[in-house]
Amino acid sequence: MTDPRTTVLHERHTALGASFTDFGGWLMPVRYTSDLAEHHAVRTAAGLFDISHMAEFLVEGAGAGAFLDYALAGRLSTLPVWKAKYSLVLDTDGGIIDDVIVYRLADERFFVVANAGNRAPVAAALAERALGRDVMVTDATDDYALIAVQGPRARAIVEAIAAAGDIADIGRPLADLPYYAATDAVFRGAPLLIARTGYTGEDGFELYIASARAGELWDAMLAAGEPHGLVPAGLAARDTLRLEAGMPLYGHELSLDIVPAQAGLGRVVAADKDDFVGRAGLSAVVASDAPVLVGLVSEGRRAGRAGYAVLHGDPSTGSATEVGEITSGALSPTLGQPIAMAFVSPRVSEPGTELTIDVRGTRIPATVTTLPFYRRAQ
Amino acid sequence: MTDLNSLKYTAEHEWIAIDPSTSSGTVVATVGITDYAADKLGDVVFVELPAVDSGVTAGEVVGEIESTKSVGELYAPLTGDVVAANDAVVDDPSLVNSDPFGEGWLVKLRVDASTVADLLDRDAYVALTGGEE
Repeated sequence: MTDPRTTVLHERHTALGASFTDFGGWLMPVRYTSDLAEHHAVRTAAGLFDISHMAEFLVEGAGAGAFLDYALAGRLSTLPVWKAKYSLVLDTDGGIIDDVIVYRLADERFFVVANAGNRAPVAAALAERALGRDVMVTDATDDYALIAVQGPRARAIVEAIAAAGDIADIGRPLADLPYYAATDAVFRGAPLLIARTGYTGEDGFELYIASARAGELWDAMLAAGEPHGLVPAGLAARDTLRLEAGMPLYGHELSLDIVPAQAGLGRVVAADKDDFVGRAGLSAVVASDAPVLVGLVSEGRRAGRAGYAVLHGDPSTGSATEVGEITSGALSPTLGQPIAMAFVSPRVSEPGTELTIDVRGTRIPATVTTLPFYRRAQ
Repeated sequence: MTDLNSLKYTAEHEWIAIDPSTSSGTVVATVGITDYAADKLGDVVFVELPAVDSGVTAGEVVGEIESTKSVGELYAPLTGDVVAANDAVVDDPSLVNSDPFGEGWLVKLRVDASTVADLLDRDAYVALTGGEE
């Protein structure tokens, strides 16, 4: 088993006192000070995340758009330049290989960002699907670092660095940049891609820069962000933030064993495309009792965790039956109550349905709810 | 400030403070988890403690210390009766992180005085954690 990799910012995390965890083959900061403090900082000020472990692929050529229409679940050929789209890489049977974000940088140039742990299967799928097509797919993972700044103060912080002259030539002013759009810029002479995307449910930006310049950008962000309350934030906070925002995590809510509609992602599939990988699998009749993803909320403080059973019926009379399983769960820092996502039988998936979670032998009542659990004030 | 050298420890990252008891032959053992354990857990959000007057057996799981990311089991370090459980920690689990050796104490047990000698002293515990204090 090879040792986990580290990002170019690793020494900085160590100097900041971070604790680390192995995630997708990378040693990543799980927290710097406190999970809760970092979570709350993102919701009230801003958090800075090193997510350089993520995989990036450049997709270029006259046939790039058509290729992505075939290779991914959504329609990417009509994506306007400088817009981003959430999509899925499907297997031939419709199962999910990964969820990705695609940015269109030019008519014939796309940037596909995938999960660190799925770099190899996504690379293999893209390479195989590119055969015979007028497209070039390049794994650019090692060339790029990715730093995310998320929170209500995120824009002010990036604009402060621009005001200081360190970020220049911003293609589209950040104030005019909609969610799921991107623009190019220059950080001290280095090309910078600024995307208004994120995984926290807050406003924010994901900044792509050459790995060699990442340290300077990280330092500049921390310095400019300090008066705004910016703190470095690790994967623990990232997980509670995305859970509150109802966002799926591959390996928990998404896997090869489910089709998009089960996770509420049917709309991501452009079923009217001519042909795409996974189409045949999705056309096959999905079993009417295939589990569907729901949100669960409880009172108290005991949270269901991934793998815990979900039951329906009256546990005290012994008539409760297992109807599903939790995929992610935590005591929500922002909401102050236990929340979870779970796959359950469609029969009990109606919001308001009363279910029970088996929390290590204790039965905790839970109510089915729509996602997300948290929505930021617009 | 607690003198960490005066405490006893277990391999499960618990500290034990020994005080005299009114019943002869017994002592009162105050039990908590060490800062090492609290740091590894992260922010503690829920604590479950055994009921007062219940009996516990050394090595048995008697409670839970749950953080945002994981659940730690509370093991009884000694055999005896629970004479107190820290309600303050149940109300405010963050005390385990902010003051693990003080206000973050978890339970008090009345135990046989002779069983205390088996616990680790400070040096043995620090060695166990690889020298991290």
